[in-house]
Amino acid sequence: MIRFLLNRVMGMVVVLFLVCLFTFVIFFVLSPDPAVQICGKNCTPEVIDQLRANLGLDQPFWSQFWTFVSGLFVGRTYGSGPNAIDCAAPCLGYSFQTSQPVFDMIAQRLPVSATVAIGAAILWLLAGVSAGLVSAVREGRFADRFITGLTLTGMSIPNYVLGLSLQFLLVVTLGWLPFPQAVPFSEDPVQWFSNYLMPWIVLAVGASAVYTRLTRANVIETLQENYVRTARAKGLSPGLVWRRHALRPALTPIVTIFGMDFAGLLGGALITETVFGLNGIGKMAADSITKNDQPVIMGVTLLAAFFVVIGNMVVDLLYTAIDPRVRVGSAA
Amino acid sequence: MSETPRDTENLLRVRDLTVGFHTAAGQVDVVKQLDFDLARGGALGIVGESGSGKSMTSLAIMGLLPKGASRSGSIEFDGTELTTLPERAMRSIRGDRIAMIFQDPLSSLNPYYTVGTQIAEAYRSHRSGVTRRQARKVAIEAMERVHIRDAARRVDHYPHQFSGGMRQRVMIAMTLSMEPELIIADEPTTALDVTVQAQILDLLAEIRSDTGAGLILITHDLAVVSQVTDHLVVMRDGDLVEQGAAEQIFTDPQRDYTRMLLDAVPRIDDEIGLLRTLTAPTAEEES
Amino acid sequence: MNDAPEPLLRARNLVKEFATGGAGLFGRSARFRAVDDVSLEVRTGETLALVGESGSGKSTTARLIARLLDTTGGSIEFAGREVHRLSGKALHAFRGEVQVIFQDPYSSLNPKHSVERIVTAPLVYQRRRIPGGARDFTKELMERVGLNPDHSARFPSQFSGGQAQRIGIARALAVGPKLIIADEAVSALDVSVQAQVINLLRGLQEEEGFSYLFIAHDLAVVRQIATRVAVMNGGRIVEEGERDQVFGAPRDEYTKKLLSAIPRINPEWDARRRENERARRAREQEAAL
Repeated sequence: MIRFLLNRVMGMVVVLFLVCLFTFVIFFVLSPDPAVQICGKNCTPEVIDQLRANLGLDQPFWSQFWTFVSGLFVGRTYGSGPNAIDCAAPCLGYSFQTSQPVFDMIAQRLPVSATVAIGAAILWLLAGVSAGLVSAVREGRFADRFITGLTLTGMSIPNYVLGLSLQFLLVVTLGWLPFPQAVPFSEDPVQWFSNYLMPWIVLAVGASAVYTRLTRANVIETLQENYVRTARAKGLSPGLVWRRHALRPALTPIVTIFGMDFAGLLGGALITETVFGLNGIGKMAADSITKNDQPVIMGVTLLAAFFVVIGNMVVDLLYTAIDPRVRVGSAA
Repeated sequence: MSETPRDTENLLRVRDLTVGFHTAAGQVDVVKQLDFDLARGGALGIVGESGSGKSMTSLAIMGLLPKGASRSGSIEFDGTELTTLPERAMRSIRGDRIAMIFQDPLSSLNPYYTVGTQIAEAYRSHRSGVTRRQARKVAIEAMERVHIRDAARRVDHYPHQFSGGMRQRVMIAMTLSMEPELIIADEPTTALDVTVQAQILDLLAEIRSDTGAGLILITHDLAVVSQVTDHLVVMRDGDLVEQGAAEQIFTDPQRDYTRMLLDAVPRIDDEIGLLRTLTAPTAEEES
Repeated sequence: MNDAPEPLLRARNLVKEFATGGAGLFGRSARFRAVDDVSLEVRTGETLALVGESGSGKSTTARLIARLLDTTGGSIEFAGREVHRLSGKALHAFRGEVQVIFQDPYSSLNPKHSVERIVTAPLVYQRRRIPGGARDFTKELMERVGLNPDHSARFPSQFSGGQAQRIGIARALAVGPKLIIADEAVSALDVSVQAQVINLLRGLQEEEGFSYLFIAHDLAVVRQIATRVAVMNGGRIVEEGERDQVFGAPRDEYTKKLLSAIPRINPEWDARRRENERARRAREQEAAL
């Protein structure tokens, strides 16, 4: 078990390092000189040189990369002398646009993205799995065909179309929801909830469609298993056969996919956050890309990679807990 | 077990049993008007090649036919007509008084639960007011009866931790915990190695002599059936070819198909020569 | 057999190991020895049966010999050439001279190809001329394996299991092999069909004079077809000998155990059946007269 964990953690570190390297290469090779951008209108070559020196952009590639990576662990110092700025340990640098530390920017926005992700995940898990179960039980009947139709629709509507139409319908035309306004939960729970409701729904629609189909397929497949026949041959009640012998094996694979989907979402829901003007990681990523704000893009990319890698590991650990075939070796 | 001996001589009486599937092309019968009896404590072999309908016959008795299949005719078990029995009543018979062993023990056991849980499960659902501890004890006892060593420890192991033969012992233990009056074994040794097969067949014989349970053995293997059962039903394409005492069928088969089948079995201790096959194409070769 | 010429196939000290379990970044993966120091010979025109239970290593050995797997150790000589050093033209020739028939006929036949395409494929791949044209060549082969030659344009799914296995045999015959490796080739078949295919395999060998390496777990089947028998257990050959010696006077404990475990039909019943059969035939003849 310890060896397994060690292996996983080492793998994680390698993946994150590679993500760092690739992102870094892309910016180093492709993007315009950030010093020129930061410098702005009243720019002289001297100022640019100064900026470059402060940002360390005058250094060769590997040296810059090394400074960045070591900054993550031990912090780094920009410039020198009395004007030097210290950036403490998980240092992701400063935004070229706002001069804020990237780490703080992320820390500010992560709760928003997390709220979006958690709410949406609960919604799509509930809706997807239950619709999938109904579909499987009523296989080939009206309910099944109806749900299948719905999932097809859900999967084919793009996020932004659904988001904008919902907004138009619920807020503008019907007036069921107040106009979105950023308020903390403690101040006005109702307003807070209605702010998040639409992004949740929008994200959940596509995902729950996928989960419905997945659940349906898994359950139908599991019901064909020989051990389900054995359970029935033992004279167990249909409820027991379902709960014990069909549901658990059928839902186990969903855990895997859910872990990955949820982790991906924590890294920001780009389109949805932008459509609903939510100040989350996704929106920050979108903004930083349009403005070529390298340190922020770097930070967001790393964060997303981090969540995916962690999610992967959590799923693996969960699997060992859920599936005895993984947990205990087959020493006969 | 109920101690009220009924007036009937037979434990199982099957009459005019037909199993059919509804397909786009209309009704297709896979078992056609089958008649046979199983005496109390008797052992009946149902033999046939693939597509003969032997497995469907066993599922029809259990009331476990797949979706889209229907059965007609009469199946009388210990005086009770099973075909008209409500599902709830059938469920109380299934697993309790009639138990079934399947071909592939690995896929027939749920990989997510320990063998103990799966053995005890039937017991707990058929006997009310059984504590977890009691059920566990029953499971251990059942495992001991099928000669699984170290049962008290093995009861907490998962199916994949057992070898093929041991898994089939677990399956048999599962049926034993309920003291069934009838055991239906559908190709119980087909997936096993020959040395393991011999052990499992011995075990089945031992259980039969201990408990007096009736046995229906469904198999394609004539040599196996000749060692285990006293009566034989030979099936082909859903039809009953012939039936009778095992010795009579093996020594004086009345139908060409049975003769061909007996001639086609390669022997380990008989002359070597061209294996005789039916001159007319078999059903499988016709299509 | 003392004056036996150089064997067609000679395998010496074959070893095959597989890695078990993921290796990861740390630690070396465990290795499992599936074939452990196996030596065997197949002579021209004979059938060597390799028997054993599941996990005995018999199928792995067959795959090594057909060069479908690479060996971990040992050598295989076919017709005087070292099999695992063959390349290019020589390997092509080897692939033609050694053919394999598998257990599951359907999964070893491309479902989207007609019988004609399947049967002629080995020749096409080897860029060999198809004697007499593809159509006639296929029909002739189909006739030889007992299939209706008019069905040469049909697809595997249109045949029964026994017929599909016959297509596999026809494909093996197409290139005029010297050795046919039959890996559980009749195990999945119903007993009546199995008997027909065994008869077919025996007949073809008589006509063509090629050798079989016959892999099977069913000793009763093996007894019908083998010249010599090698019994495998745990990756090793525990006993090897002429068929009648192995079946009649086995020396190894495992072989004895294997033989005694085989379910058999009471020989006395068989004798009575034959008697009854004779009597019945006599009655029928009398009635006919």
